[in-house]
Amino acid sequence: MEGVLSILTNPYYNQVLTMMGIFLIAALGLHLITGVTGQFSFGHAAFLSIGAYSSALMTIYLHTPFFLNMLVGGLLAALFGILLGIPSMRLTGDYLGITTLGFGEIVRIVFINTKITGGAMGLGGIPKETNIAIVYILVVLTVFSLYRIQNSRFGRALAAIREDEIAAETMGINVYWYKIKAFAVGTFFAGVSGALFAHMMQYLNPSDFGFSRSFDILNFVVLGGLGSIPGTILGTAVLSLAPEFLRFVKEYRMLIYGALMILMMIFRPYGLLGNVDLVRVFRSLRSRGAGKGTVSGDS
Amino acid sequence: MFFQQLVNGVTLGATYALIALGYTMVYGIIQLINFAHGEVYMIGAFVGLIMVAVYKVNFFIALLAAMAVCIPLAVLIERVAYRPLRNSTRLAPLISALGVSIFLQTLVTLIKGDPNPLGFPHVIQDTVYALGPVKFSLIQVVILIVASLLMVFLEITVKYTKIGKAMRATSEDYETANLMGINVNHVVSFTFAAGAALAAAGGVLVGMYFNSINPFMGVTVGLKSFCAAVVGGIGSIPGAMLGGLLLGIAEVFGVAAGFDTYKEAISFGLLIIILLFRPTGLLGHPIQRKV
Repeated sequence: MEGVLSILTNPYYNQVLTMMGIFLIAALGLHLITGVTGQFSFGHAAFLSIGAYSSALMTIYLHTPFFLNMLVGGLLAALFGILLGIPSMRLTGDYLGITTLGFGEIVRIVFINTKITGGAMGLGGIPKETNIAIVYILVVLTVFSLYRIQNSRFGRALAAIREDEIAAETMGINVYWYKIKAFAVGTFFAGVSGALFAHMMQYLNPSDFGFSRSFDILNFVVLGGLGSIPGTILGTAVLSLAPEFLRFVKEYRMLIYGALMILMMIFRPYGLLGNVDLVRVFRSLRSRGAGKGTVSGDS
Repeated sequence: MFFQQLVNGVTLGATYALIALGYTMVYGIIQLINFAHGEVYMIGAFVGLIMVAVYKVNFFIALLAAMAVCIPLAVLIERVAYRPLRNSTRLAPLISALGVSIFLQTLVTLIKGDPNPLGFPHVIQDTVYALGPVKFSLIQVVILIVASLLMVFLEITVKYTKIGKAMRATSEDYETANLMGINVNHVVSFTFAAGAALAAAGGVLVGMYFNSINPFMGVTVGLKSFCAAVVGGIGSIPGAMLGGLLLGIAEVFGVAAGFDTYKEAISFGLLIIILLFRPTGLLGHPIQRKV
């Protein structure tokens, strides 16, 4: 317990864990788009930046309460998710990916060229509202709502689209609208995460939301195990903490990080928890522990 | 003025096209977005710079040396990071490509000592030719000639040689090509090699043209060239050339029209607009959805 307390009070660990939670919310949003629905999105950071800038500007100029700003940030991000989604849902696979990537870059360049956001100099003086408790309460809420979404009629329709679009369409699923809804929900979480980021860092710069940030978040989702919530959590934890653990190698840090990405993909191409159903693992462990339940068709 | 900008745009577009060809060929054969391709281009530029600055060789030797380094590098990247993942999900090789990209950027930064840009020595005189009101610098002429020669050479290789025929067959249908006795691994390696040679040349040419190179130069140019490949219709070789020229011209005209702060966004904006009307690019084949 003392160990846990010292981690929470140590500002460095606190910061690392808070940032991890913030990006976990964004990663869970992308998980719904890429992991569950199977749509490529290489511009997730753009939605973070929309949420971040809108909530920061509302706090600075309108002095509205933080939770309202966060909600507005999320909704605004979702609105842009829908606006991007409506025309681009005709595109499939990599074409959708490159369009979202292009969108992400355009959003970043627009923020560089806008006056109210401070342009390339960045936006400072954002009051600090985010703390580790708020972040992790929201993480729990996000995990819970995504779990509910995934196991609802809506979530099953999304999974059907991922598995086979034509078959899903034949079964009466309006593929187009479901994809847009998935984008809306996924980008909403990105916006919320961006708002938390803004009020954590107290300073925003468009370069925080470049395409490398988008790919970082995509890494969290893919490396953990595509389509699995525990996988996304694990991927985010491993990849956000890895650079911190690798600090001792100093300038070789990113070299090892890059090599690690290649190796992890080669040895676990479906992600760390890919093809592992945790519920099933848990059940088999429990039944083994209780001394009953033979190896059946379960495995 | 118009023709002058057109010349500048075509020059820039030719370098985009050189790099876009590497993306499009690899995509045509194994449907992989090779995000590490920009880094191959960056390393080509650095090798060219070292040859010119340290060994004082002439420009063409530097170009060949850059190719000689980048070809085995690209083949190695494919062998290590992509081949083991060829049959897994679409996103897996994408992530390892990003890993390669980060690895190479950091490696070059470490070898160089700092991430700051380096100037490129003047290996070609700043002679300017005037054709009426339009001015060509010697560098532009060299870029246009080298790029066109390489593209013609590529076109001949793909159309009239045995390995070119194997490439076309593999891109048509990977499985069937394999069954017909084509060594697809060999074809894939050759494709990466050809793309790397073009990217290396592009790196040296761009380094000379803009007179500045840095370890992260491959990122933006790589993305824009990839856009060019998609605009032209990914998988299509003439498409990549067309797309490259189009984006180069659009960028130069956009800047001339006063959108210089939005320079980097022009390519992406054009990409989105074109994809909305032609979802598979200008010269791409429509995707057939089969049950």
